[in-house]
Amino acid sequence: MSVAAEPFLQHHFTTAEQQADAGKIGMWLFLVTEILLFGGLFVGFAIMQGLHPEAFLQAHRHLDRTLGFINTVVLLSSSYTMVMAVWSAQNERRKRLIVYLLLTIAFAGVFLGIKYIEYSHKFHEGLLPGRFYHHAGDTVPGQFMFFSFYFMMTGLHGLHILGGIVAISWVLRRAIRGDFSHKYYTPVDLVGLYWHLVDVIWIYLFPLLYLIK
Amino acid sequence: MEPNYLSTPRGLKSWLTTVDHKRIGVMYLASILFAFFLGGVFAILIRIELLTPGRTIMSAETYNRVFTLHGAIMIFLFIIPSIPASLGNFVLPLMLGAKDVAFPRLNLASYYIYVAGALLAVGAMVTGGVDTGWTFYTPYSTTTNSSVGLMTLAAFVLGFSSIFTGINFIATIHKLRAPGMSWFKMPLFAWGIYATAIIQVLATPVLGITLLLILMERVFSIGIFNPQLGGDPILFQHFFWFYSHPAVYIMILPGMAIISEVIPVFSRKTIFGYKAIAYSSIAIAAVSFLVWGHHMFVSGQSQLANAIFSFLTFLVAIPSGVKVFNWIATMYKGSISLEAPMLYAISFLLLFAIGGLTGLFLGALAVDVHLHDTYFVVAHFHFVMMGGTVMAFLAGLHYWWPKMFGRTYSEKWARVAAALIFVGFNVTFLSQFVLGSRGMPRRYYNYLDQFQPLHVFSTVGSWILALGFFIMAGYLWVSLRKPCDAPANPWGAVGLEWQTGSPPPEHNFEHVPLVTHGPYDYSQPVSEPEEVQA
Amino acid sequence: MTSTAHATSPGTYSKILGILLALTVLTLSAASMDFGAGNVVIALVIATIKASLVALFFMHLRHDKPMSAVIFVSGVATLAVFLTFCLLDTGSRERVRPPNATPAASVRR
Repeated sequence: MSVAAEPFLQHHFTTAEQQADAGKIGMWLFLVTEILLFGGLFVGFAIMQGLHPEAFLQAHRHLDRTLGFINTVVLLSSSYTMVMAVWSAQNERRKRLIVYLLLTIAFAGVFLGIKYIEYSHKFHEGLLPGRFYHHAGDTVPGQFMFFSFYFMMTGLHGLHILGGIVAISWVLRRAIRGDFSHKYYTPVDLVGLYWHLVDVIWIYLFPLLYLIK
Repeated sequence: MEPNYLSTPRGLKSWLTTVDHKRIGVMYLASILFAFFLGGVFAILIRIELLTPGRTIMSAETYNRVFTLHGAIMIFLFIIPSIPASLGNFVLPLMLGAKDVAFPRLNLASYYIYVAGALLAVGAMVTGGVDTGWTFYTPYSTTTNSSVGLMTLAAFVLGFSSIFTGINFIATIHKLRAPGMSWFKMPLFAWGIYATAIIQVLATPVLGITLLLILMERVFSIGIFNPQLGGDPILFQHFFWFYSHPAVYIMILPGMAIISEVIPVFSRKTIFGYKAIAYSSIAIAAVSFLVWGHHMFVSGQSQLANAIFSFLTFLVAIPSGVKVFNWIATMYKGSISLEAPMLYAISFLLLFAIGGLTGLFLGALAVDVHLHDTYFVVAHFHFVMMGGTVMAFLAGLHYWWPKMFGRTYSEKWARVAAALIFVGFNVTFLSQFVLGSRGMPRRYYNYLDQFQPLHVFSTVGSWILALGFFIMAGYLWVSLRKPCDAPANPWGAVGLEWQTGSPPPEHNFEHVPLVTHGPYDYSQPVSEPEEVQA
Repeated sequence: MTSTAHATSPGTYSKILGILLALTVLTLSAASMDFGAGNVVIALVIATIKASLVALFFMHLRHDKPMSAVIFVSGVATLAVFLTFCLLDTGSRERVRPPNATPAASVRR
């Protein structure tokens, strides 16, 4: 294959398939590091909840289940639009690709908007992490610990959403430029994988933080 | 001399923006050697302070910072990146017959991330240093005023460098082997690097979150590790050691990988038990995740956890033992030649055996109650990390030096240095086994008078060690100033990296190599490659 | 690489989204009912089904080369080891008795 026919093929790879496979392995390895990074917070949460079940139960009542549910729907939908973007790229439907990428970014924006509303409410009520917790009238002590985890976990997750928006915007720019074809759509594919993992993390965050019994 | 990766392209900018794995490997090499020097300076200071009980040259507070920095620099800035990032980066693609690693730009990024982490660590040093020990145990690390924030941030950043290296090497080994090189025709160095990379990817993120949690505790008092707030300080140790135990296998596996390369060459014999060594590397990586609690036997962890971790610790020694027996069997009835790489490899065999064995002593619950937090532990880990990894690193450095730089070094002075290092190491650290078993605690500034003679003996050993390293720096520096004089294959080794020039051309190979035989076939006389120049 | 998208049609993706949304409604309603200790189990089982659907279909694990799935499962398994051993320890800690306390009064949790 000449360089002109495959401008995306890097010099140290011999075929496009080899390059794409390598990229996929690389992205899955990176996703595993994310699973373990967030996983540490889940482990900490599980153990602390086991130690302070009443406090966590009381504390989580301050969370708005409806907003959490809406955000879950929003992210699941964004996962759908993202995988449709990948499908569009591979089937060379450039306009659809651009629309689906824009929709994904829009959904991500809605998610962050709702989180902003939730965070504002928490700040207003004094439901802050650790030493900054100053909510009055608690009957069960120790609820600050729940909010320590709430902010760490949703905060880290929110940062990853932001990173995802940046990455998807970069892919969008390349899509508009016409970089992708059925032979080369790896960036869309790999950014898609990242985005789906961010969704999977929220799939676990939502019940554990919002729906404790 | 023919154009090679060192000479072309020219200019500082071409180095700073390179994506050539060979240049990145050289940059890493210079950096980690500097880190080793810095960590070594702190080591010398520790040993001078310990010449006398009570104050010798520094206060107790300063001493806490000095041993913490010695540990943190040696572990995060030197030994974790050492072999993979320097020698691994340089040699792995060549050995596999590839033009580069899978993600060359990620490779450069991982180097700059290393530099950023190093600068943050320097920042921590110049703002007063850290006094918690490299292990950052809570509650002290979450309450002390020393520069814990900067140092944990440094380690966090350095973790990404390690992760990216791991990702790169796994993808490279999966997808960039030359045609004909199946998994079991791959050199064992690649297997070792592969196993190391698995650990880098799986374990390092947990260190990442642990460091973030320390920062959160310091800034927000989130409470997870603070018993006064309902947290659990032992949980910190679980979080910390879940990474830091597999980390020690990140340190030793590449060393073992080098030994598997050097011993066949200098015994002129094919490796004994190739598959056993390959599988044992993966086994070590897997079991390494199951034993971290053996650092916590006296921490307050439950007795059930203690028993399980102790049992699993005995298991993890088995694959290492398999390797040692296979290396010795390789040497048996081989034609041994004792150049510098082999001197270091043989040192490794002896010193790693002692280090590994003493690890088993520590893994036994009842014994560990007495030996935990004593100099016995200090001696154990220096035997595996220095007597093991550093010796293997030196073996690899001397083995691949002519390939990397196209120049030979003085074999005579190399042997002098090797002897001094071997003697100096044993004087320094064998005495510490005795100190520990007699009750000398680690990290102590003061000690009972009865321990002084052994401390003095150990300190003198550190001076012999330092002398050996200075001599090494000398002859290696001289070697670099010479014109290129190394042939493509100075050791008569079999392996794809020896089938190209010393130093290699920028794109590694003129033609994609085709692999038809195994990696250690010394049954035929080894010929010089016909066309090694451009 | 070409196998993945040809194997999954947009129709399948929409169906999967539908199932995911339905499961989300399910987990929300299950949380308003009291199953005692079973609540956590139900929530986690539903979450795992949802995550598996995303992984298998949206992330193409069903049709990609097996290596991707091996990597993913290894990550999850490692996390499981971490969680299990930590819980094993915290769940089996000995209870510390202050001196002169009666056994019942000294249980500290």
